[in-house]
Amino acid sequence: MAKDKMSGSDILLKALDEQGVTDIFGYPGGAVLPIYDSIFQQTKIRHVLVRQEGGAVHAAEGYSRSTGKVGVVLVTSGPGATNAVTGLTDALMDSVPIVCLTGQVPTHLIGNDAFQEADTTGITRPCTKHNYLVKSVEDLARVVHEAFYVARSGRPGPVVIDLPKDVLMALGDYTQKSKVEVRSYKPRIKGDLALIEAAVQAIANSKRPIIYAGGGVVNSGPSASQLLTQFVKLTGAPCTLTLMGLGAFPASEKQYLGMVGMHGTYEANLAMHDADVMVCIGARFDDRVTGRLDAFAPRALKIHVDIDPSSINKNVQVDIPIVGDVGHVLEDMIKVWRSTQAKTDKSALNGWWSEIAKWRSVDCLKFAQDGDIIKPQYAIQRLYELTKKDERDVYISTEVGQHQMWAAQYFGFEKPNRWMTSGGLGTMGYGLPAAMGVQVAHPDALCIDIAGEASYLMNMQELSTIKQYRLPVKSFILNNFYMGMVRQWQELLHGGRYSESYMSSLPDFKKLAESFGMVGLQATKPSEVDEVINEMIKTDNAVICDIHVDQSENCFPMIPSGAAHNEMLLGPNDKAEKPVSEEGMVLV
Amino acid sequence: MSVPTSEAKNHTIAVLVDNEPGVLARVIGLFSGRGFNIESLTVAQTDYQNALSRITIVTTGTPMIIAQIKSQLHRLVPVHDVSDLTMDGESVERELALVKVSGVGETRVESLRIADVFRARVVDSTNKSFVFEIVGQSSKVDAFIKLMQPLGLIDVSRTGIAAISRGADAMDPVG
Ligand SMILES: Cc1ncc(C[n+]2csc(CCOP(=O)(O)OP(=O)(O)O)c2C)c(N)n1
Ligand SMILES: [Mg+2]
Repeated sequence: MAKDKMSGSDILLKALDEQGVTDIFGYPGGAVLPIYDSIFQQTKIRHVLVRQEGGAVHAAEGYSRSTGKVGVVLVTSGPGATNAVTGLTDALMDSVPIVCLTGQVPTHLIGNDAFQEADTTGITRPCTKHNYLVKSVEDLARVVHEAFYVARSGRPGPVVIDLPKDVLMALGDYTQKSKVEVRSYKPRIKGDLALIEAAVQAIANSKRPIIYAGGGVVNSGPSASQLLTQFVKLTGAPCTLTLMGLGAFPASEKQYLGMVGMHGTYEANLAMHDADVMVCIGARFDDRVTGRLDAFAPRALKIHVDIDPSSINKNVQVDIPIVGDVGHVLEDMIKVWRSTQAKTDKSALNGWWSEIAKWRSVDCLKFAQDGDIIKPQYAIQRLYELTKKDERDVYISTEVGQHQMWAAQYFGFEKPNRWMTSGGLGTMGYGLPAAMGVQVAHPDALCIDIAGEASYLMNMQELSTIKQYRLPVKSFILNNFYMGMVRQWQELLHGGRYSESYMSSLPDFKKLAESFGMVGLQATKPSEVDEVINEMIKTDNAVICDIHVDQSENCFPMIPSGAAHNEMLLGPNDKAEKPVSEEGMVLV
Repeated sequence: MSVPTSEAKNHTIAVLVDNEPGVLARVIGLFSGRGFNIESLTVAQTDYQNALSRITIVTTGTPMIIAQIKSQLHRLVPVHDVSDLTMDGESVERELALVKVSGVGETRVESLRIADVFRARVVDSTNKSFVFEIVGQSSKVDAFIKLMQPLGLIDVSRTGIAAISRGADAMDPVG
């Protein structure tokens, strides 16, 4: 046998190294022991041992979203792989590039119901962008390189590589990255110039334009956000962002209207509704954004820029579809705008802005922090103000629920890749492992998981990982003793019958922190909030802040299910006048 | 600006894919997972040199749904090319069926007579049964099977539709 033959697991690690991988989130088991043996014998790649495989995928998501790199996960066969399924689905919905390596029983046992066998490629087919079962060691390096290409190109997403144990132990040859060419998958990067020119002209001729951008801008890389900012300023148009897009346009800019959608701002949603030209950039007309489809932006000519052709005309029929990477398309749009000396109609635009000013003056996010109970909005607002001046980079992750929406509403993001949240799938338990992944990528940054107490309980085993690697992750729990978002829907739609949404028997979060050698802090009165936040910021260790907030607070403004943008509820007194329709009741 | 939604219509879509395990499951899973219809589906390797298979799917949908089906198919990594044979110019469609009829006496003679009219061939016979092979458009196959019903039809096997565009253009294996 030739000397340069390597074992499958060594080939795997060499391929990961060639792909620039420096960190892996994983958990061992019988089927992947050869990989762990190879990991033990090298120093280039760091393995972060999580406490449950679901945590590994969310950690890799946080790592990826905050760096733009592909996140890598390693789990064993059977239960290891099935535990990863939620994270993979989450990454698919939010277009996060992940490569997930799963162990598998040896090829000769596949299909025999062997110990810890699961049909991993079968189970993950609908929840990955693509998956592979490697049947020969000679295919291994090629498949790894192809998997990274597929994960990061076009609309990014998760890719699974299923690795039978005999393939990992067999000897074979290494194939270099440069020798691998993918035969079929070649997404379009540059947009059609004629359509770009038509788009520029439509925007220049508009009287009430709106630019609505999403996670695709973040995925396209930091330069796409700069180009978006440039383009918005060139046009003078208002800009709104989706939940996934926060940070793609600076929140402090005058032209920013805040978030769009179900819990977006009044001005953003009304501007969407009344616009005559809508430019959707790297967003996908999700039902959380559009509200009732037949009443969505009824008068707007719609321009849609997206790298994924299947996102175009899926929910909403558009007039100018531009398939391409948003960064490249924005660059071309700016070029065309300049070369044609396009100009928007100043007086029409002024009229549009004065309408917007009226909607803004409603001040839809106002709240009153009076009395002895901490308002959750106040807690987020203070967190934002007190971390704003920190010289470290600040990264925020969230769990899912009311706290997530308040974080999106009251925390301002100036840059992309600073905001990690589970948008498409809405996975409780995402935030803590995601923050952990961010902290692994950015050891010196201030990484905060804005959490709900119920979500926190879904993946708090990762506190043990956080302790092991001395990651100074901060947990900022808005503790309302309820699955608040469930309670809110039960109040609004189910006659206030709070079925199974009360969180009893919670742990003492302070003691929980202390039991892991971390710092636990608690605030129960508004006057204690600043103190706790400041203490948290200056602590080098990991911290859990248990912030007791108003248990009955609801998240407003809100477009109820089945309602249109211009039928927003601004506050609790609004709901009686506009009962939720029967069609709306069946929507989630 | 809303475009009026038009009516649902049958479309025959040809898909050129890598001939690898799981590729058919991907295509079928896409249809079931997204609630699209499959009226007919055929698949076989067609390009041995490049290891490509061709899948022919008949589906129904409004123009918006059909466009969505095509771009979703395009998104699958092993898919090289997608062609809507109903939209992109003229095409030829054929289906083959094997039809087993059992009977004696006058009905047996009658089945032979109808087979002759339809240009169906006898590919197997015993003294109390025939297997006919019929090729044509699905509507012709349907009509033949319907006529065989009272004459002792006991078993049918159909291939589903195979289709190809007219003229000199071909699908793109490079994709
Ligand atoms: C894994 C999972 N299960 C259930 C849900 C449904 N769900 C959405 S929000 C929510 C309540 C979240 O409660 P908490 O974390 O305390 O946040 P709060 O709304 O109180 O801020 C639930 C159960 C979900 N999103 N994810
Ligand atoms: Mg809660």
